Amino acid sequence: MKKLLIWLPLGLFVIVFALVVNGLIEPSDRLVRSAMVGKPLPALRLPPLLPDKDGIDTSATRSGKPRMLNVFASWCIPCVAEAPQLMKLKQAGAEIDAIAVRDTTGDVQAFLARNGDPYTRIGDDRAMRAQLSLGSSGVPETFVIDSRGVIVDQHIGDIRAEDVPKLLAALEKAK
Amino acid sequence: MRRGLFCLLLIAGAAHADSSLPPSPLAYTQLADPAQEAEAKALMETLRCLVCQGQSIADSDADMAGEMRALVRQRIAAGERPARVRQWLIERYGDYVTYDPPFSWVTAPLWIAPLALLGIGVLIARRLFRRRQA
Repeated sequence: MKKLLIWLPLGLFVIVFALVVNGLIEPSDRLVRSAMVGKPLPALRLPPLLPDKDGIDTSATRSGKPRMLNVFASWCIPCVAEAPQLMKLKQAGAEIDAIAVRDTTGDVQAFLARNGDPYTRIGDDRAMRAQLSLGSSGVPETFVIDSRGVIVDQHIGDIRAEDVPKLLAALEKAK
Repeated sequence: MRRGLFCLLLIAGAAHADSSLPPSPLAYTQLADPAQEAEAKALMETLRCLVCQGQSIADSDADMAGEMRALVRQRIAAGERPARVRQWLIERYGDYVTYDPPFSWVTAPLWIAPLALLGIGVLIARRLFRRRQA
């Protein structure tokens, strides 16, 4: 018994060491994923932010084509980084709606003039209500919505070049 | 001169990755009814800020925490029960959003472990005291 006990401290040390090494190699994932994935898109009615573009009204767009819903803001720097990828997605035939979080008409117009405009509709989410009701915890985030109006995928953070095929595949699957 | 420049550096604010829009009125204004405000405050203290995880939305100055406070106050003011508001957020963000985790198979060890440890402690203590008496 005593002989075995002598190994106990070393055993404990090995366990703690393994935990620390694991934490260093694979830092914990602090992303908060939406619990709405797999559920129908909540009813959203957001006024238009730009004079020449519709706002978001989910009751009018419930059926039909699968769509992407991009949560963005002109004050968000990763949103600038993902803009070219959104343009690529649009060129590949994706329909992209947007929720502009806590933004102004002028700022968004300037943002779109500089970075391109991939959006079909842009809803004004001044008080983050739509963002909260989607379970989104930051900008940018992108939701994939299937033809029945169910959220099937959530991409957290900026879309990089390597994410484009994945999102296109998700859209294809959502038909 | 150098010192002056250094002081100028200190004046420069942090770079902000937040909106320049003013927050919703209820983010930083208490409700008029003290009872409702107390309910809302108690709820806010047990909701996680999703941007600055580890803080509650009552403690955080992040944009999103402010809007979550506004949402909580608005719903409480409209007569909704705090438990309903919490449930609404859990439906969207999962149990992670609340510091008061609901009882489920995943959280069962959290609730049962302290009781089990206390029980084991009592057993050990009883055995030790008995031996001493003998």
